Order: sequence, then C-alpha cells, then structure tokens
Amino acid sequence: MSMQENLEKIQREALEQIRASEHVEGLNDVRVAFLGKKGALTQVLKGMKDVAPEDRPKVGQLVNDARAAIEQAMEERRNAFLSAMKEEKMKSETIDVTLPAKKPAQGHRHPNTIALEEVERIFVGMGYEVVEGPEVEYDLYNFEKLNIPEGHPAKDEQDTFYINKNIVLRTQTSSVQARVMEQGKLPIRIISPGRVFRSDEVDATHSPSFHQIEGLLIDKNITFADLKGTLAEFAKQLFGEETKVKFRPHHFPFTEPSAEMDVSCFKCGGKGCRFCKGSGWIEILGCGMVHPHVLEMCGIDPEEYNGFAFGVGLERIALLKYEIDDMRLLYENDIRFLKQF
Amino acid sequence: MNTPLSWIKAYVPDLDCTDQEYTDAMTLTGTKVEGFERLDENLRGIVVGKILEIEKHPDADKLVVCQVQVDEEGKTVQIVTGAPNVAVGQKVPVVLDGGKVAGSHHTGAAEGGIEIKAGKLRGVPSYGMMCSIDELGSSTDFYPDAAPDGIYILSDNAEYKDAPIGSDVVELLGLHDTVFEYEITSNRVDCFGVIGIAREAAATFRKDFVPPVVCETGNDEKASDYIDVEVKDADLCPRYIARVVKNIHLAPSPEWMQRRLAACGIRPINNIVDITNYVMEEYAQPMHAFDYDTIAGHKIVVRRAEEGELFTTLDGQERTMDSSMLMICDAEKAIGIGGVMGGENSKITDDVKTMVFEAACFNGTNIRLTSKKLGLATEAAAKFTKGLDPNTTMEAINRACQLIDELGAGEVVGGCVDIYPNPKGDTRVPFDAEKINAMLGTDVSEEQMLAYFKKIDLGYDEKTKEVVVPSWRQDLLRLADLAEEVARFYGYDKIPTTLPSGAATAGGLSFAGRIENIARDMAERFGFSEGYCYSFESPKVFDKLRLDENDPLRQTVTILNPLGEDYSVMRTLPINGLLTSLATNYNRRNKNVRLYELGNIYLPKQLPITELPEERKQFTLGFYGDGDFFDMKGIVEEFLEKVGLKQLVTYDPAAGKNYLHPGRQANILYDGTVIGYLGEIHPDVAETYGLGEKTYIAVIDLPEVVKRATFDVKYTGIARYPAVTRDIAMVMKKEILVGQVEAVLRQRGGKLLESYQLFDVYEGAQILTGYKSVAYSLTFRAKDHTLEDKEVNAVMQKILHGLSEMDIQLRA
Repeated sequence: MSMQENLEKIQREALEQIRASEHVEGLNDVRVAFLGKKGALTQVLKGMKDVAPEDRPKVGQLVNDARAAIEQAMEERRNAFLSAMKEEKMKSETIDVTLPAKKPAQGHRHPNTIALEEVERIFVGMGYEVVEGPEVEYDLYNFEKLNIPEGHPAKDEQDTFYINKNIVLRTQTSSVQARVMEQGKLPIRIISPGRVFRSDEVDATHSPSFHQIEGLLIDKNITFADLKGTLAEFAKQLFGEETKVKFRPHHFPFTEPSAEMDVSCFKCGGKGCRFCKGSGWIEILGCGMVHPHVLEMCGIDPEEYNGFAFGVGLERIALLKYEIDDMRLLYENDIRFLKQF
Repeated sequence: MNTPLSWIKAYVPDLDCTDQEYTDAMTLTGTKVEGFERLDENLRGIVVGKILEIEKHPDADKLVVCQVQVDEEGKTVQIVTGAPNVAVGQKVPVVLDGGKVAGSHHTGAAEGGIEIKAGKLRGVPSYGMMCSIDELGSSTDFYPDAAPDGIYILSDNAEYKDAPIGSDVVELLGLHDTVFEYEITSNRVDCFGVIGIAREAAATFRKDFVPPVVCETGNDEKASDYIDVEVKDADLCPRYIARVVKNIHLAPSPEWMQRRLAACGIRPINNIVDITNYVMEEYAQPMHAFDYDTIAGHKIVVRRAEEGELFTTLDGQERTMDSSMLMICDAEKAIGIGGVMGGENSKITDDVKTMVFEAACFNGTNIRLTSKKLGLATEAAAKFTKGLDPNTTMEAINRACQLIDELGAGEVVGGCVDIYPNPKGDTRVPFDAEKINAMLGTDVSEEQMLAYFKKIDLGYDEKTKEVVVPSWRQDLLRLADLAEEVARFYGYDKIPTTLPSGAATAGGLSFAGRIENIARDMAERFGFSEGYCYSFESPKVFDKLRLDENDPLRQTVTILNPLGEDYSVMRTLPINGLLTSLATNYNRRNKNVRLYELGNIYLPKQLPITELPEERKQFTLGFYGDGDFFDMKGIVEEFLEKVGLKQLVTYDPAAGKNYLHPGRQANILYDGTVIGYLGEIHPDVAETYGLGEKTYIAVIDLPEVVKRATFDVKYTGIARYPAVTRDIAMVMKKEILVGQVEAVLRQRGGKLLESYQLFDVYEGAQILTGYKSVAYSLTFRAKDHTLEDKEVNAVMQKILHGLSEMDIQLRA
C-alpha cells in the first residue's frame, strides 16, 4: 500500500468513525485514535523519515490535507452535537407560560389624587400654577374678602366649623383667591387644590371634609366668553372630546356674572339615563367673573384688570369618573377599594 | 320652593309650554327648576258619578252593590264597594273600567299608579271604583272636606255639589296641574314668592306679566284709632305695618285658594290663615294676626327681649329669650317673637272678633340667629332670614286685606299704622352697553339690553344713562350685576367660547408639590396604597396613643361647633387615621396591607388661638403583614435619596414615642435635625386599635425634607483604580449599636474608606452571653492611585484603635 493509499485509508476510516460517533466524548476518542500522539496520522508523520527526501513535501502536503479534512469533519460534527444538546436543554426548560404572573406589589394612588392630577395636568398645560393655602383660615379670607360680610346668608348656608370668631376651617378653596390677589403679582393664573370642611353629617353623598380645586385667572380684557372657552376645554380634556358643556346662571357672592357648568352625561352621551337622572347633563362646577368688589378689596383696579374664577369638587369628579356610589368609600381606605385605581 | 304652574299662569296668562320646556327655559335664565311633579300623572278616566241605588252584597256583610250614574245621558255602572260612607244621591269620584288612580286607600301613592279593571267582588261584577282622596293621590290634609276613611263625597262640598255627572273629576279638583320645585339663590329674594317667579317666567318666554292688581281696601274708620305702634329697636325692624280687621267670619277658604296652597304643600286651615299663607307664597312676605282683644292698651311695642325673659309661643312651648332677640309686645307683655312665631297669649282662636294684622320687615341676620338659638325654624323665619324688601311689605298687607274683603272673611278697617323711619328708594346703576359687552365677550345692542331690563321691571333714566332698580332687586348694585341680567336673557349658551389672550404664564407644580409626587411614587413602588383620613378626630385619640398627660401634642386647634366629640380636634399627629384604616382592613381580613397618607397636622402657635396654626404636611406610611422595621427604614431612605437628601441618615433609638414599641423606634435624623420617626406600634396601642399583627409606621415631616431637597446632581467620576477589601469580625457588648460602630468606621476610615457593608450579626453559642459578634466588609480605594497594603494597614490600625476604645475586640 502506497503512502498515499495509506493516508486515504486513514482519512476514510477517521471520517467514518466521526460519522459514527454519538457524542462529544466519542469525537475525542476519534481525535486520540487519529490525531493523538500515538494516532494513526501521527504514526504516518513519524514514518516520514523513511520517505525519500524529494517526496517529502508532497507527502507532507497529503498528511496535512488529511489532518485538515479530519479536523474539519470533527469540528462540524462537534458543532452539530453542541447545537443538538442546546436544543435538548432548552426543550427540557420549557415552561407553562400560562402560569400566574409574579407582580411586584405596587401600591395605588387614591382616586381623589388621580382625579386631582388629571385636573392639574390640564390646567398646568394651559399655564396655570398650582398653589396651596391654609386649611385653617381667617374668616377674612374665607368670607369677608369674598364679598360675604358678617350676616350674609351664604355664610349660614355653608355650615362653617369655627375655631373662634375670626378663624374657621375653610369652607371653600376660594379662600386662596384673595391671598394670591393680595400679593399683587399680575397677571394671575393659578389653581389651588385642597381640603375644605363643612358640618355635614357623613352619608353616601356628604362628608364633613372634602376637596375642591379653585381656579383663578386675572388679566386684562378677560371676558365671560374666555371663561366659557377655558372650562369647555377643561371638560373635553377631562371627560373626552365629545363632551358638551352647558352654562346656567347661578349666584356666588364673589363672582358676577356667575354660572354653574353642566357637562353632557358621559355615560349616555346626553340622551338621558339613570346616571344623569334622565336629564342628559351632569352638574360639575361653579364659576363666574371675579366680582369687581372682590378685586377692589384686594387692591386690584377692576377697570384695568378682571378675570374669572371657578371651583370644582374633587370628590364629585372622582365619584363621577369612577362611578363610585358611596362617598364613604373614599375615607375608609379599604385596600380592596384602593387597589382598583 | 314648590309652586304649581297654574299659579304662575294666573300672572302670565299667555304662557304656553310643556313642563319640560318650562323647566329648561327657566333654568337657563337663572330660576333653576329642580324637578316637577304632574298631579294628574296617574289619574285617568275619573268622572263625577251619582249613586242611584245601594243594595247589600249577597255574600259579604261589609260590601254593598251600588248603581252609579256616570254620564248626563243616564248611563249607569254597577260598582261594589266596602266604603262605609256611601248613600243614595251622593256625587262621588268614579274611576271607570280601564282608568287609573294614583294609589290605594290603605297604602298611599303607588309608583306608576294603579289600573282599575272590571272584575268580580265575591261573585258580584263591579265595573269601576269609587275613590277616596288618597286614591286620587292627595290626602285629607290638603282636602280637609274629604272623608278621612271612605269615599270623597263631592256633593258634601258646596263648590262641587253642582258638578255635572260625567264631568272630569281631575279637572274639578284642580289636579290638572304641575308642581315645580325651584332652587332659588340667596340673592333673589323676590323669587321666593310666586310673583317674582312669574315675572321671570314672563321675561323668559317674552310674554306679558300681569300681576294681581292690589288696591287699598277698608271702611271709613282708621286703623290708628284702634291701635298704636311704637318701634323701639328700628335697627332690627326697619318697617312695621299694622292693619285691623273686625267682624271676622272664620270659614274655609274657597277651593281655588285651598288648591294653590295644597300644591305648595301648605294645609288649608281657614280663610284668615289661608290668606296669610297665600300672600306669603305670593310676595314672600310673612304676616301675623293677633287677637285684638288680647292686646293690652291696644298698643304694639317692638323691642329687644329682656335677658332671660320667658315666653310661651303659640305652639305651647315656653322659651327663654335673650337680649339680642326682638319681641312684639303690647302695653304690658310680650305677644310674639318678631318674625319667628306669635305668642300663645294673643293667638287667633275660633271666636276671634277683631284682629291686628302685622306685616313687618325684620333684620334677616337677627332672625336667623334668633331662630337658630331657639331651635325654632318656622316658615316665616326662613323667609325673613333672606332679608326682605321693606317696600313689598305694604303691597303684601294690602293684598291680604283685599282678599279678606273679597272672601268676606271680615271687615277691613281703613288705613294702617306704618312705622318706616328710613324708607328705601330705588337704586340707580350707571349703564354702559359697551362695557357690558366687553365683560361678556358679546355684541348685544344697547336697545336689546334695555329691552331685557324693561321685561323684568327695571327702569331706565335716559338722561343720566342709569338703570333704575326697584328695591325688591337688592342684588343689582353695579354694572357687573347688570351684565349678568343681560347674559341671562341673551342666553349664556349664545355667548361665544374663546380662550383668554393675555400674557403667557409658565404654569407648573410647586417644588413641594413635586416632592409630594415623588413621595407618592416611592410609596406606591413599595406596595403602599394611598389613603385619605380626616383632619379632625377625637381628643380621646391621645389616650389611645398613650400620650403623656402633658404631652404638647395634646394642645390642639379645637372646633367650637364640631359634629361631635369624635370630630372635635384638629390632629396634631398623623398616625391615628392610618392606624384606624389599617385596623379596618385587618378586621375585614385583608392580608399584607400597606397604606400611606399625605396630609396636614395642625399645631397651634399659642392657646387660646389668636393666629393661624402651623400646618405641616406629613408623609405617613404604615403596614402590617410581610416586612419589618428594616423594610420600613429602607423605604424611608430610598425616598430621601430620591429627593436629593443624599447625606447620611442617622437614627436615634431614644425617640420617646409612647405609642411605639420601646425597643423598636427611632427618630430619623438628617443633618442633625429630626425629620421624622419610625417604629413598631406599641403592643398595647395595637390592641386598642384591634390590630392583631405587628404594625410598623414611619412619619416624615415633609417641610423639613422640602427644605433640604434638591434635584441638582453633579457627576463625580467612576473610580479608575482598584479597591482593596478587608473583612473584620468583632465581639462587643450587646448594647453597642452598629450605628456606633459605623460612626467609628467612618470617622477613622477617613477618605480612603469608600464603603462598608455589614454582613453578619450573631449572638449565641461561641459568644459570651451579653455579647454579640458583628462582621463588616470594608472597601478602601484611592481616587488617584492604586492603594498599597501598607496604606490600608495604617487605616485599619486607626479603625481598630477606635474600636478598642469602645471596648470592641476583634474576634479571634
């Protein structure tokens, strides 16, 4: 058998064994048997000394070719084994993706806060600044500077909690109006959310403590039409683009003209349902042009500046938006309730 | 206030609209209609019938079989009834087969009414039903002549006895009417009367307003010869008018008057009382009648009560007066509480002969306070409280006397005694159409505006360009008020919608508001849900929380008129609300509950309070279930770090909170200031609240945090040289806090000590009793070079030295 035939035979046998091997370890055996120190191919190389010097380059080339062919076959076989093993492993790792999710235990914001943040977002977008005022307030700011002097029927209607003759728990966030106007920085665009108090017994629709958001805009040449436009935009952003608004005359001592704003019922779209008591409309806020006397009391000349104010009940919005039927739920803090928001 | 539409139509005869149209239109011009009730809603097929025959029912002792004629042609139907009061010849309301009644005699009004069908009663056919007043949807309160327990016998009523057989009973009884309920705002005193509303309705529908024509009735005598009036306290009684009626003939008032009163929810009594109520409904002016013969000296004195004066009102109650209250007196004694209620001693009785009729104008605030102090809320007081127009007073009493005359209720004595020292005139308001348009953003013509004013009886002085406002519109004082009148009748809906022009302003949250939002985000990230708790609570809370007797937190802002003791003090610490809410959850078997709240506490600056208390917003967290003290501590630190409080937070276990576990509480210190505290709720407190699991709370005083918070971050470079780590294990007395150890590490470790990490705390076998083993991993690093062993060793020496000063040994 010539050297060449011998090499071909070795290569053939090696490839044969590579094909026949069943795992990575088997391939190692093949490596040892052919390429190892005592392997068949190594033996051939050792026999090179018997080859005529002029034939050596050619034989060397043949040996190298055989080695390369074996190594390549081995590599391919090896890769096949590895990828099969990976497949196998992943197959064994298959999970039931429909098993329950592991949720990080996140907490939830109170529906009042969610509603408040919505309102804040809308007005901040229109350039309003959010400011807060004291909850325990002077009678002066809660009543007098709002055109509600001593003995005014509105004072009685509001069922005020008194701390003493001059200090009350504020009955309305409108108390912030005079505080802001007095500072004398014009123009003004603010909203002021916060807690207010009235001596109503607790029931499904009343709470002695609830929240309002007051809005106030003071500038030159402001009209009732601007008030309507601003609040219509607010209603659309809060309740949806389709929302219609209706302004009805009303009375507040600190605005003139005054209005209440209804929005088209977002449940039935205005056709009339149980939710809106058949009217198609839902009362949402009170508003009006700031009363010139209120401006005067805060040192603002009503001939030069005017503006509008509005007050929204936060709970009212939360109850409506989330269809909560009992106000008491908002103060019980039952986690099964809070979790829904 | 409730008013039947028929009464409005009496003064706006051309008014023609559906109930819904009326509701919508009136609401849009400012007289808000809250709702309406059709009196004939459930009445159908009810006619006047005449009972021709009555026979006993063959099988039932309590039933009779009647033949009832139901039309003029003589058609009769057979009706079986159990009513005890039927007799041949009577005229009665008969609901025919297929008709409908409003309710049943026994159970009152029924939702949707009750259909009446022909049927058999104990085997005898019956083709309809004779009706009681309850079945017609009303009651004997409003139809005093109806039988309380049986069929309404129409022929017993003089006004109904001639009603044609077969005619519509609903029509006859004035029930084809709708009662509207209004919400009248406090500025529109005039609209508390039918006349005011009718004027608004006329203007709204652009119809003619035809108010009653009032003339001064009276005989040739003079009231001033009968009665003298002296008003001593004119500040509380701007006007007092007395008229006299003699030869009083008490009788029921006519049906038309009774029906109108009934529709307003007022029970007809007799002609004098009904006229008083009727005029009060029309003009919103309460009046009072005194029996002339009980008035000593025939003199009326209006004065403040004496302190502690006892007075028996006409309801028989004895009441204690004080000197702020106004009394109506005669020459000797009090005979009435001004504007609130008359006295027992002077009330009209069935044998009254002559009466003094009072119409006055009282100070609204004073009446409100009197009524409140006495706990005596009368219809008159409610009206006076609004602050009535003194000029309407005369019109009202003349209207009443006119009705007395017309109805033959008595002989009206001529003239009146009128004490009106400061007559109120018209108000003049300068008019400027251009400015009104500028306020409203409209383009309404001057003529149109003036037309609106005219429709509501406002005058206009062309020379001075002033709108002349009668005294009953005390709400119209300046141009803005006129602008509202224009807006109302032009239509709020027709005013355009625009957005304010003006300078752009940069809106946004306040800095504190941003910190609060981060507090919310952090709390929620760690599983806390937001609760809202009341700001006021019971003073007993302080005992529940085991506060010391003289704890300054017991100094509260206290409400003078709370809803009850449970809501009487403004909270000075925020944890009661959260503990109560946690307990509610625990009671309801909710597991692993975590709540937080952002809310104020109210700390008085002095007592008694003379200035506003300090309001401090507290970020309070509380939980029971999974987690412990150190979880809470971690959340606190995460929050502080997030808002830029990145220096070391330290903890002082001597927080001194009685409501927390004595061994598991700490003040949270930052920058040497207490910015909050945390701990486990004291077992006794937990028990008081009904919390059956260990409960942890943390309270962060936000103003202190906001003061130090910053969103300013400066990049400091990532370490380029390798760190060297050394572990040390120490044995120390149990009482030594790791915080103390760490203080030594920081102090002695200097700049090179980059960080330290506690990795073991151990007590037990191999450690002496009373001692513990604590192990730290220390990381050293230099900014500018690779540390050499000898540098680290030097620092370690310092640390070990410091530790040994505290009697801390390295563990062998």
